[in-house]
Amino acid sequence: MRGTVASLAAELAAGSVSAVELATEALARAQASPLNAFITLDPERTLAEARAADALRAAGQAGPLTGIPIAQKDIFCAEGWRTTAGSKMLGNFVAPYDATVVARGKAAGLVTIGRANMDEFAMGSTNENSAFGPVHNPWDITRVPGGSSGGSAAAVAAGIVPAATGTDTGGSIRQPAGFCGITGIKPTYGVVSRYGMIAYASSLDQGGPMARTAQDCAMLLNAMAGFDARDATSLPRDAEDYTRDLDRPLDGLRVGVPRGWLADGVSADVRAAVEAGIVQLETLGAKRVEVDLPHAQYAIAAYYVIAPAEASSNLSRYDGVRYGHRAADYTDLAEMYARSRSEGFGAEVQRRILVGTYVLSAGYYDAYYLKAQQVRRRIADDFAAAFAQCDIIAGPIAPTVAYKLGEKTADPVQMYLGDVYTTLVNLAGLPALSLPCGFGEGGMPVGLQLIGGAFSEARLLNVAHRFQQATDHHLQTPGGAA
Amino acid sequence: MSRPNGWEVVIGLETHVQLSTVSKIFSGASTAFGAEPNRQACAVDMALPGVLPVMNEGAVDRAIAFGLAIGAHVAPRSVFARKNYFYPDLPKGYQISQFEIPVVQGGTITIQVGEGDKAYAKQVELTRAHLEEDAGKSLHEDFHGMSGIDLNRAGTPLLEIVTEPVMTSSAEAVAYARALHALVMWIGICDGNMQEGSFRCDANVSVRRPGEPLGTRREIKNLNSFRFLQQAIDYEIRWQIEQIEDGHTIQQATVLFDPDTGETRMMRSKEDAHDYRYFPDPDLPPLVIEPARIERVKASLPELPAAMQARFAADFGLSAYDAAQLTSSLETARYFEAVVAAAGPAQAKPAANWVMGEVAARLNREEKSIAASPVSSAQLAGVLARVADNTISNTIARKVFEALWNGEGESADAIIEAQGLKQVTDASAIEPIIDEVLAANPQSVAEFKAGKEKAFNALVGQVMKASRGKASPAQVNELLKKKLGA
Amino acid sequence: MSLSADDVRKMARLSRLLISDADAAATLNALNNTLALVERMAAVDTRGVEPMAHAQDVALRLRPDAVTEADAREALMANAPAAERGLFLVPKVIE
Repeated sequence: MRGTVASLAAELAAGSVSAVELATEALARAQASPLNAFITLDPERTLAEARAADALRAAGQAGPLTGIPIAQKDIFCAEGWRTTAGSKMLGNFVAPYDATVVARGKAAGLVTIGRANMDEFAMGSTNENSAFGPVHNPWDITRVPGGSSGGSAAAVAAGIVPAATGTDTGGSIRQPAGFCGITGIKPTYGVVSRYGMIAYASSLDQGGPMARTAQDCAMLLNAMAGFDARDATSLPRDAEDYTRDLDRPLDGLRVGVPRGWLADGVSADVRAAVEAGIVQLETLGAKRVEVDLPHAQYAIAAYYVIAPAEASSNLSRYDGVRYGHRAADYTDLAEMYARSRSEGFGAEVQRRILVGTYVLSAGYYDAYYLKAQQVRRRIADDFAAAFAQCDIIAGPIAPTVAYKLGEKTADPVQMYLGDVYTTLVNLAGLPALSLPCGFGEGGMPVGLQLIGGAFSEARLLNVAHRFQQATDHHLQTPGGAA
Repeated sequence: MSRPNGWEVVIGLETHVQLSTVSKIFSGASTAFGAEPNRQACAVDMALPGVLPVMNEGAVDRAIAFGLAIGAHVAPRSVFARKNYFYPDLPKGYQISQFEIPVVQGGTITIQVGEGDKAYAKQVELTRAHLEEDAGKSLHEDFHGMSGIDLNRAGTPLLEIVTEPVMTSSAEAVAYARALHALVMWIGICDGNMQEGSFRCDANVSVRRPGEPLGTRREIKNLNSFRFLQQAIDYEIRWQIEQIEDGHTIQQATVLFDPDTGETRMMRSKEDAHDYRYFPDPDLPPLVIEPARIERVKASLPELPAAMQARFAADFGLSAYDAAQLTSSLETARYFEAVVAAAGPAQAKPAANWVMGEVAARLNREEKSIAASPVSSAQLAGVLARVADNTISNTIARKVFEALWNGEGESADAIIEAQGLKQVTDASAIEPIIDEVLAANPQSVAEFKAGKEKAFNALVGQVMKASRGKASPAQVNELLKKKLGA
Repeated sequence: MSLSADDVRKMARLSRLLISDADAAATLNALNNTLALVERMAAVDTRGVEPMAHAQDVALRLRPDAVTEADAREALMANAPAAERGLFLVPKVIE
């Protein structure tokens, strides 16, 4: 499949292809793929969804996305689907209910091709922390696809599906989108419901779409976003049409480039591609301004306190009592807990639980957790000041192109440092997207990050769409031009 | 209790009050008691992956009502935090509670301790009251050496009410617990059912020599009756004093009371040093309470017991003791007020005597609540009116009350009429009875004339009996004296 | 600040994880590296800065007190590792 969501939607509407045909093709590609992008395929369930979509269309009740095949990140609970969050802990967990994102997707007629591989509980930047094995980057199978939504990104980039869902706690949509040369948007915190999305760090987690183009992301976001009474952090706002501004001209758009972001911290290939991307925006009428985010350099530090702290608590429910892995051998309750958890969780998850436990523990709370929350406020304030001078901020997604498999696994901290341009956005709760802006070392894609103020998704998608109308980076595929 | 010589006792109470909402604090599952295991535990209560809490407005309003009732500060902004610990009946591995900023801050409850000459009033200061969720239950009956976990109770809203360490005896602790129990039922935030666990006390107990700093406290968990509260505290006081007098020091501990042995013992599950790692719950933004919400709750509150007691004393001249008795529950107070409203304020004292006496005794005997009393307030007012206008004596009034209780008539008047109980005040009707009694009891007459006052009372009794109670006792007295030339 | 092996054992116990002796040194090293990374934020002047616990500055939304969840015990307990008569089974709980 080399179609986009928009083109396939047009074909479905014209009757030139059916949902069942699209699903069958996608399943075949998924099954043949060597990338390990999926944890679970369930063709019967997929085809049942596709038939339902075709029936809806036959009944004249199809929406713009009815029949579009997607990969669902294995972090969204979907009734009847095994939902693992990439963990052995949930290796046998079949969700008894639908996440709001899943329910909304069903209502829109999206067809789930399979459950996309991911770093365990969304903790990771390479997808190597999956209990179901690493995902390979379709541009170079010796490289990682990024993470944690690595399976989603790889499946879209490889053309298995035109779109996928992802979640982004510290960059988990944007960074794999960048590494795999696709487009992905992390919405403003509170725009997409977290209900049924397995929690990593609750105050940072946000779901969003990943696809080939900004236009596709806008169409998908229309289905995903919206107020949800089941999520106390969901924002009660009127429904938005995220495609409404796609074609708006960029004349006068002030693009802020944070001082120091295109300096020594990024590799030369990435710097060149991102610079070219910013120049392209200027060509389209935008005006470049320098802005300051003085506390951005502390974002990783604050993030690696706050996220593990929340995670250590969020993951306490996995105790082998009501669901999930229970150790085979134990003599008493305490041992059952400890064995079940140690067997069920991978090494990185256990490390983050330990760090999170430590930074919340008596005597250390103020120096770590409270301090991190204060740094978080400073970062949010920095953004507020910057957006007084610009409309959007542009910069890199990651310091380099996709790493080689195994390159960063020995030293977790080296992997954490790669999150330098993404975590600050989650700390501030802002929307940001990643779009392909060129190629770097080894012919690997480079992502351009666009960050906006709260609720500026439509504007970000507009900028990305105009960019993509004028460029063809997003049309490049691992196998050649689409 | 016997006051330990040379020792001061310091007690603080933490009470878990289940709030009477129909649904849980963070989910839409029912809170009704007694369902089959896990049938009232939804995905949120079971802490399935991905679920999220959503706050119940009914729990917030009940917390506000309590704050207003005790004159506390209702925080305009309070914060839900996670208290992290592992226990099988705690499905998320943390309890959502309030830690640094609770919704209710401060406040006092006035208690009456003891009876008669030794009775005294005391103000108990409260530290705070905060909203949190209840845990599930571990069932210890044997499932092949395993325990069963029922999460029906998980997520039931609780208000944890914490006092300052200001009580000095088990009697004060029980008086406080009773007053609190009455109050939460009065304002309708808790059903008060202690057997079902709706009202559970933890007691922090320490002892010290007068003038010394506070001793190390031990916390007695989960006392669900006033009797156990008293017994557990008394045992704990004796035990701590003995330990210290034997040269041991008290170690801070959490203990359970065993009603069978009357002793307390250490909880094994609490032996581990805990570090609850409280932090603000990222799933729940701060609870902001607008003044308008407080006003709305205030407007819905009934008159509070303290205000009502003062009014009963001022308007009806009732004693503090009577006023306190009549306001032991809102139903009792409402019943009493309805009787007085129907019978007139002049009947307040007799009404009080009836409500605290005959009515209470009869209800008690049949284990009925006053709301279910077979004799309505209007019916009781009818009885009082007939006593007041001398239609019947107090003796007959009890007979009429009994008849009303048994449903023998619609009203006091109907029963008096149907059963011919009208008091006889006509001297010409009473005199022949007196004559008969005097003739039949020459012995008593002789004794009276010899100066024995008791004999007169015996004769009055005989006349009343012969009139089947219908003669006016005052008139009998008067006529008898005349006949005997006294 | 640097963690000791004892600290790690304490954290493991609090979080109900088993750290094998073989992994203890590597875990200790990784945690210390992480703490060294996060301690960079000590350089930020945060005097008087209000801690930020939520991404959005909003008040808690309240829902009406109504029962909206029906009994779904069989479906909700279908993943239980051990259950009997509607109860989750665990090794004996000692209070």
